[in-house]
Amino acid sequence: MMNHSEAAEKFTEDVDRTTWHDKTLWFVREKRDKAVFQIPEWEALREAASRIKHNALSNLDEYLLEFEQNAVKNGVKVHWAADGHEHNEIVLQILKETGATQMVKSKSMLTEECHLNEFLLEKGVDVVDTDLGERVVQLANEPPSHIVMPCIHWKKEEIGELFHEHLGTEKGASDPKYLAEAARQHLREKFMTRRAALTGVNFAVAETGGFVVCTNEGNADMGAHLADVHIASMGIEKIIPKARHLGVFLRLLARSATGQPVTTYSSHFHRPRKGQTMHIIIVDNGRTTQLGRPDFRNSLKCIRCGACMNTCPVYRRSGGHSYHNAVAGPIGSILAPNLDMRKNADLPFASTLCGSCSNVCPVKIDIHDQLYKWRQVLTAEGYVDSAKKQGMKLMASVLSNPKLYRFSGKAGRTMMRFAPFSVSNPLNPWYKQREMPEPPKESFREWYVNREKK
Amino acid sequence: MNSRERILAAIGQNKPEYQPLPEVATFQSDYPDLVAKFSEILRFIGGTPVLVADYEEAEKYIRQTYSDLPRIVSKVPALQQLATTEWDVIDPHQLETVDLAIIQGVFGVAENSAIWVPEERGGHRVLPFICQHLVMILNASDIVPNMHDAYERLNVGESGFGVFIAGPSKTADIEQSLVIGAHGARSLSVVLLQNS
Repeated sequence: MMNHSEAAEKFTEDVDRTTWHDKTLWFVREKRDKAVFQIPEWEALREAASRIKHNALSNLDEYLLEFEQNAVKNGVKVHWAADGHEHNEIVLQILKETGATQMVKSKSMLTEECHLNEFLLEKGVDVVDTDLGERVVQLANEPPSHIVMPCIHWKKEEIGELFHEHLGTEKGASDPKYLAEAARQHLREKFMTRRAALTGVNFAVAETGGFVVCTNEGNADMGAHLADVHIASMGIEKIIPKARHLGVFLRLLARSATGQPVTTYSSHFHRPRKGQTMHIIIVDNGRTTQLGRPDFRNSLKCIRCGACMNTCPVYRRSGGHSYHNAVAGPIGSILAPNLDMRKNADLPFASTLCGSCSNVCPVKIDIHDQLYKWRQVLTAEGYVDSAKKQGMKLMASVLSNPKLYRFSGKAGRTMMRFAPFSVSNPLNPWYKQREMPEPPKESFREWYVNREKK
Repeated sequence: MNSRERILAAIGQNKPEYQPLPEVATFQSDYPDLVAKFSEILRFIGGTPVLVADYEEAEKYIRQTYSDLPRIVSKVPALQQLATTEWDVIDPHQLETVDLAIIQGVFGVAENSAIWVPEERGGHRVLPFICQHLVMILNASDIVPNMHDAYERLNVGESGFGVFIAGPSKTADIEQSLVIGAHGARSLSVVLLQNS
């Protein structure tokens, strides 16, 4: 597996594509800003959301029990899964009981995290992702590159080619309207014929035992309301205490995600419809471990809006797949090391620590501070490669010794002046994709000392 | 110990010290004209607001606008005469061919033009999604300023299913180009009744 910087290097080889990707995501960030500026109480709203989530985390076991009790009262079957594998087994068991070998699924990052599709495919179950972007990446045999816009890295011409191959659309077609219509027809047939539907959960309300699913396309509803069985998968952290708290979160979610005032559909499920069975699977998969890390537990407040990705200068210019994790970007980089430190040790370093992610986060997660803290943990635990470690040590010794620091600066400037090839060569990573600057004639310190004499 | 007990025990052990809920979690929005704000937002998100005096005018508008649609269901008693087919089918899959559904919303929200539709108003849960086009009837006096007011007014667990619908279904998954009409209704008109 490539690490983040290797994958990012590959992504940025195509300069035009990188620029296009960067601009597309920045456009979404700008839409977010426009929406946010219309809400004078935005900052107070973020604070309220953050504190509601804090309360939820501090009383999570009680709220989950309350949720379960109310859901069962509502006629919903509640399951608990310690990890992804158990979640997948439960889904399979429900499908077996239903006699269904085919299922439609709406967007659920949790099922991506659990690798549900691969699991079911192996067991002979046909799963169709029904969100347009997810369908695109599924047909292409790829994971989503963004939690809200799964195929944001695809160009319309490429989607046209993919649909031509799989859905029989005209060759060379690239009009988004035409392609979306083709997907509508293709997926409508699936909605009409599938007896089982799986959806994610945006919010689960302890007080009522109900859950809310937010979509723009209407795919979750088309799936759930036509199927005999509805399975809803949720991480333990989706709990909010009261129904009235939905007011806070629904005001924040879509504005942060896409700049819409609210998603087209905010669907509140409480009881199965007549003749239908409804299941909720509550999944841990490492979340309770993260809850036990005081520096990182705030990451569990995340409502999966994707704002931190759209604003991140590294995400925008490296693409979601470079993060090799179901959730990419800044939030993914603080969630992933909890799941597997060795595999994800590179991710907290995929950041400039500029702090933009924390500024846009609707639930005020201290994302960039956590990125910094993960670096400390990963280095202390020995997951950082030795070259980086040695480099950091050397740098620390230079920076902590004024004489050595002054000497090194002078030596560096002299080298750059008389032997520019010593830095302007492919062995120096700072030389990649950029020209080295003219070396200054004197350091700031030299200028400051000499300034009096002039 | 099964997974349920294990998860609950792990949470009990790992959760932070109890933090109370925030005292302030609702906010007021001061829109001088709720109908105007609702209509402005609805236009912005691709829907069509239509201000009429009463049901008679609503009927006239729907007849004129959707004259080309053969299969119409109406779940609004006062507009039953517009229906050309039954909403009350046995199997919701039978609604696949519905061209236009007319449904009455309970109330609207000015800040985002969402309309609350509990399942009783649609007859079948899938109706507002499976129809090609959707008309929602709403009393102009039933618009609240924001989502806090909405949940204040709502007993959300009362219906087995309820949905806030804001605009027609849409996607921007292809290069962020907005396409109206994803899997749900391709268009949405909200007919606002002034005299009711």
